[in-house]
Amino acid sequence: MAQITLIEAVTQALAYEMAHDDSVVVLGEDVGVNGGVFRATVGLQEKFGPLRVLDTPLDETTIAGVTVGLATQGMKPVAEAQFEGFIYPMMEQIACHAARMRTRTRGRLTVPAVFRAPWGGGIRAPEHHSEANEHLFTNIPGLRVVLPSSPARAYGLLLAAIRDPDPVVFFEPKRIYRQYKEEVPDDGEALPLDVCFVLRDGTDVTLVTWGAQVKECLEAADALAEEGISAEVIDVATLTPLDFDTIAESVTKTGRCVIVHEAPKTAGFGAEIAARLAEECLYELLAPVERVTGYDVHIPLFRLEMKYLPSVQRVVDAAKRTLAVS
Amino acid sequence: MSIAAKFEIEYLQYLDAEGQQVRDALPEFAKNLEHMVELYKLMISTRVFDAKSVAMQRTGKLGTYASCLGHEAAHVGIGSAMKPEDVLALSYREYGAQLYRGVQPREVYMYWGGDERGNDYQNEPARHDFAWSVPIGTQCLHAAGSALAFKIRNEPRVAVCCIGDGGSSKGDFYGAINIAGAQNLPLVAVIVNNQWAISVPRKIQSGAPTLAQKGLAAGLYCIQVDGNDIIAVRKAMEDALERARSGQGGSVIEAVTYRLSDHTTADDARRYRDEAEVKEAWAKEPVKRLRAWLVAKGVWDDAREEAWKAECDEWMDNEVNAYLQTRSQPVTAMFDYTYAEVPADLAKQRDYALSLESK
Ligand SMILES: Cc1ncc(C[n+]2csc(CCOP(=O)(O)OP(=O)(O)O)c2C)c(N)n1
Ligand SMILES: [Mg+2]
Repeated sequence: MAQITLIEAVTQALAYEMAHDDSVVVLGEDVGVNGGVFRATVGLQEKFGPLRVLDTPLDETTIAGVTVGLATQGMKPVAEAQFEGFIYPMMEQIACHAARMRTRTRGRLTVPAVFRAPWGGGIRAPEHHSEANEHLFTNIPGLRVVLPSSPARAYGLLLAAIRDPDPVVFFEPKRIYRQYKEEVPDDGEALPLDVCFVLRDGTDVTLVTWGAQVKECLEAADALAEEGISAEVIDVATLTPLDFDTIAESVTKTGRCVIVHEAPKTAGFGAEIAARLAEECLYELLAPVERVTGYDVHIPLFRLEMKYLPSVQRVVDAAKRTLAVS
Repeated sequence: MSIAAKFEIEYLQYLDAEGQQVRDALPEFAKNLEHMVELYKLMISTRVFDAKSVAMQRTGKLGTYASCLGHEAAHVGIGSAMKPEDVLALSYREYGAQLYRGVQPREVYMYWGGDERGNDYQNEPARHDFAWSVPIGTQCLHAAGSALAFKIRNEPRVAVCCIGDGGSSKGDFYGAINIAGAQNLPLVAVIVNNQWAISVPRKIQSGAPTLAQKGLAAGLYCIQVDGNDIIAVRKAMEDALERARSGQGGSVIEAVTYRLSDHTTADDARRYRDEAEVKEAWAKEPVKRLRAWLVAKGVWDDAREEAWKAECDEWMDNEVNAYLQTRSQPVTAMFDYTYAEVPADLAKQRDYALSLESK
């Protein structure tokens, strides 16, 4: 079986679902002949034709609104925002229609659509090509916000997102699009959208993260292990609706929690997890919850971006701080 | 000088303000006087319905309500031209079109009375239409997306969107007609130009002499019609629907009419427009001219008018009673339609909200 990258897993999931479900269509800018600027849709137009893999006019509002329309008519559209920095014009259609069509019509009309976007920094891209803005979507009811962090999870979660009867915003951490390969059987098996993934068991501290930072956290766990500290690593994967139980269970065990994300700190999704820990696990905590995040600034242009993004060292330091308390 | 391209916008009118026929050759549907009487009757019931709605708002039985007074020909013309399998994406005041497609007055009252169940239209074909879309313009793209679905599946169906003169300034409208032109989608976009967007007059929306011509840049067929003349609206709609259905592309129809009411019951139009202008508009309103035409044809008279109005009153009273008798949804309803199934995390909030009910 071939080893594939995260971006290839995205393509594999799209191809699988399009082959097995005629109602699945892909639309966006340059998704056709070019196969997407990151090649996520490469080869799909050849296989499924120009209507099911549609190059749209260059207008994000159009892409999002047409996606809503398609979905209400029994299609399962997968729309692509070329970069998450260009998703803002889509937000009205996502928040006002995709996410509320079901509740507005008491279930008469629904929007089983996926809005995909390459997400996050670290690829030396121009301005507006490196944002992490998942927290702007996690406060919208009716949506699922999903971030895969490995080729296998990209495949399984994207299949689940396409099959889900409600709209999903699917952020793909582009920094790890081609970082490594793993075997991902093309078996059409979806992963659940309602659980966090515990990637590494540990007993002393819980590292909670998602997207590209999963890699930093796993490396931090290795570094901590060398010093005799046992870190549990949780990939939240589906931010909303949140599987808080898995996080609570882990923190109840370890008594310590470090939340890691690259979006700005204030009102980032880490704040929600920290608040939930304070509400529901305060007496299990042995140390204050730590957050290792982007700063409350716009992600700088690429000469400085690695100083903005959470590093392994910052995660290790935070974990040690939680251990120094008790 | 060489010309790269040249355009003109046709203006269509059959009945003038007095109900005089200004064109000889009537379209087929208009030769069927029985059908024209049916359309007239729906225009009357729409007006009776509308007056009832405003009265209910005034007595605290409805929330804010957007009246359709003066738009009856435009709205009934749109709705009656569509086939059941077509899809309608509207803004918020196109009741004439909705009643034609089976929306019940009680459903309208429910929605403006603060209950989502009003959007769960029970009757086909309205049942597969979109619900009211409050964010101006956004519905145009839902129609374009629906049209794309019809094209992908090779179904002979058309998506129709309605938009106001104000709404035609929005990117969503331009985006919808643009992709309709680029992909040859079966889309008919109707700009119901009632001269006002709340307090902002038509001329502030655009320097273009017609709003219909906005479709030219998208490569669509464009026409401006007298929106108070139901024959003109219906004819332009039928032609546009036929072209769209047969793969000959989308259209933009500008129906020129006038908002005789305040913008909504929360608005006071006297703050920004002249009584004289409104008076002049009343002289051109759509019901009077169709009645004059039908009376001249000998198929309508005062007795029939009175009898039908009495029937409408009774119908609306029934609908009002049905609406007033509906009980609020249980508090859990706000959770139950947010996702297909209530997620575990949300279920905790649902349980909590429910627990407050028994306190
Ligand atoms: C995006 C958006 N902006 C503003 C409003 C508030 N608003 C409601 S109706 C309206 C005017 C609409 O005018 P027009 O499009 O001409 O339609 P009409 O009400 O005349 O039918 C405005 C500004 C809104 N509902 N949506
Ligand atoms: Mg208007």
